[in-house]
Amino acid sequence: MQKEDPGLYDYWPYKDRPKLEWPNGARVALWVAPNIEFYELDPPTNPKRTPWPRPTPAILPYAQRDYGNRAGHWRMMEVMDRCGVRGSVSLNVALCEHHPELIAECAKRGWEFYSHGIYNTRYCYDMDEGQERAIIEDAIATVKKHTGQMIAGWLAPALTHTERTMDLLAEYGLLYTCDLFCDDQPQPVNVKDGRFISIPYSLEMNDIIVYNFNFQAPRRYADMLKANFDQLYEEGAESGTVMCIPLHAYAVGQPHRIQPFAEALEYITGHDDVWVTTGREIAQWYLEHHYDTATADIAKYQGA
Amino acid sequence: MALPDDYLKYPRRGYGMDHDRYEWSILQKRPAVTWPNGARIALWVVPALEFFPLNQPAQPFKAPGGMVTPYPDLRHYTLRDYGNRVGVFRVFKLLDKLGIKASVAVNSKIAQRYPLLIDEINARGWEVIANGVDMGKLHYGGLAEADEKALVQESLSVLRETSGQTITGWLSPAKSQSDNTLDLVAAEGIEYVCDWINDDMPYAMKTRHGTIHSMPHAFEIDDQTIMGQNHHSEQQFVDQICDQFDVLYRETETQGGRIMALTIHPWMSGQPHRIKFLDAALTHIMGHDGVWPATGAEILAVFKGQS
Repeated sequence: MQKEDPGLYDYWPYKDRPKLEWPNGARVALWVAPNIEFYELDPPTNPKRTPWPRPTPAILPYAQRDYGNRAGHWRMMEVMDRCGVRGSVSLNVALCEHHPELIAECAKRGWEFYSHGIYNTRYCYDMDEGQERAIIEDAIATVKKHTGQMIAGWLAPALTHTERTMDLLAEYGLLYTCDLFCDDQPQPVNVKDGRFISIPYSLEMNDIIVYNFNFQAPRRYADMLKANFDQLYEEGAESGTVMCIPLHAYAVGQPHRIQPFAEALEYITGHDDVWVTTGREIAQWYLEHHYDTATADIAKYQGA
Repeated sequence: MALPDDYLKYPRRGYGMDHDRYEWSILQKRPAVTWPNGARIALWVVPALEFFPLNQPAQPFKAPGGMVTPYPDLRHYTLRDYGNRVGVFRVFKLLDKLGIKASVAVNSKIAQRYPLLIDEINARGWEVIANGVDMGKLHYGGLAEADEKALVQESLSVLRETSGQTITGWLSPAKSQSDNTLDLVAAEGIEYVCDWINDDMPYAMKTRHGTIHSMPHAFEIDDQTIMGQNHHSEQQFVDQICDQFDVLYRETETQGGRIMALTIHPWMSGQPHRIKFLDAALTHIMGHDGVWPATGAEILAVFKGQS
C-alpha cells in the first residue's frame, strides 16, 4: 500500500538547531558531485519508465550524454583541479568497465566514488529485495575492485527508489544518501538498524535540472551558484551549512558553459572559511560530532 | 511483481562502447590536428534549408519545429517557409559580408520546390549536405530497410542532380537514425554524417560499406536549441556562441586545431529582430586571427590527411 509520508525522517525546523560546527570553524561545507554516467543505447524495458524519448536507437540523447565522457569530463576536471576541488563521483559503476581510463584519472586525484547504480538506464522500480541487494552488492564490489574504495554514499540510479532502499544501504554499511532534498544541513535518516544520514545534494543547483529541465542560460547558472553560496555562507556564520554542486560533464563541460561555471567555482572557493570537501568526509564528520545531538534535538519535536 | 531476472543482466558491460559503431576515445588525448595556414579554428557554418510539410506525419514523432495545431496548421507551415523565402537571403547576405563559406544542409524537397536556392548555393561555391527528403520523412528504428533505402536514394539523387555536386555529407532530419542509416548512406557514397553530437572533432564510424566519419555538427548551440527550445534571448544566444568560441580558441593553444560548428535555421536567425545578433556573434569570431571558414568536406579532407 502506498504511504502518504516516506517515514524516512522527522520534521525538524530550521531554527534553534544545535550549532553545526565544521572543521576549522568553516561556515560552509562545499562538495562538488560530478555524475559520471553511462546510458545504454539499447536498454531493456522497464514497466514504470521508458529510457529514451525516441525509438531505439535514440542516437541524439545517447550521443549527447556520451559527449560528457569523451570530451566534457576533461574540461570540467581541469576547472576543478584549478580550484582545488576533489570530486565526489556519483558513479554508474559499469563505467569502471567501459571507461577505466576516466576512473583512473579521478582516482589519481583522490576523488571519492559513490554509487549511482549500474547504468543510468536501469531503474529500481519494481525490484524485489533480492534484486535490490544484487545491485548494491554489485556497486560495492565493482567500485572496490577498480578503485580500492568502499562506497559510502548512494544516489539512486536515475533517482529511482523502492521503500526498502535506505534500510538496505544502512545494512551494507553505507553512510549517506543523496536522495533527500528537504534540507541544507545533514540529517539522520530513519532506518531499521544502524546510523545513516542524508547529505544535501541540491537538485536546484544541479546543472541538468538548470539546463535540460529549466532551460536556463550558462551565465544565469553561474549567478544562481553564487547566490546560493552567498546565502549559505551568511547563514553558516551561525551554524554550518552544506553547499552541493551536482554536475554532469555532458552539460557543464560544453564549451559554451564551462567558463561561467569556472568563474562561479573560483568565486566560491576564493572565500575563507569554506571547507572544500567530499561527501564521505562530511558524513564521517557529522556522524562523529553531530549525529547524537541532532537525534536528541529532533526527538524534542516529536509526539508533541 | 519483480522485474524479470534478465533486467539485471548486462550483455554489453565491458571495455569501450555498448555498440560497434565507433571506438571509445578521449578527445583531449588524441594527436593534435593542424589546419591549413596554421589556423586555430575551422569555422563550419551550416545553414539548414528545411521543408516542413503541412500534412507532416508524427512518424514516429514530429521533428522539432514542425506542425503543432490541428490541420491545417498555417501558422507553423508559414513560419517555417519564411526561412526559405526571406530569412535565407538575410543569412546569405550576412555570410557574404563576412566572407564566410558555408555548408548548407538541404532537404531534397527544397531543391525540387525552390531550385533557385540551389543556384544561390552553387554561385557561392558552397557545399550541399543532404538533409534527407523533408522534415516529415524521418529515419528511425522500425522503418523497413527497403523504405529507408528509397528515402536515402531519393534525397541524394535529387540533390546531386539539381546541384551537380558529388555530395558527401549527410544530416538526418531531426538527427534521427535507424540501425541501418549509417550503412545505407555509406553505400550511396556519403563520407560523413552530422547526426552524432558526442564530440568536438571528427571520428571514424564503422559501416557495412566501410569507414565513414562523424562530424561535430552543432546541436547545443544551434539557434533553434537556444532561442527556440530554451527560450533564451538573442543576446544570450550571442553570449553562448562567443563563450563557446573563446573556450575552443583557448584550447587550441595546447590541443591543436578545433572546429567551431554553427547551425543556423533561417526561419529562426533570419528574422528581422535576430539577424543583427547573428551578425554580432559571427563578427566576434571573424575578428580573431587564425579562423578558417570552410565546408564540412574541406575540413574532413584535412583531418583525414592527418589521421
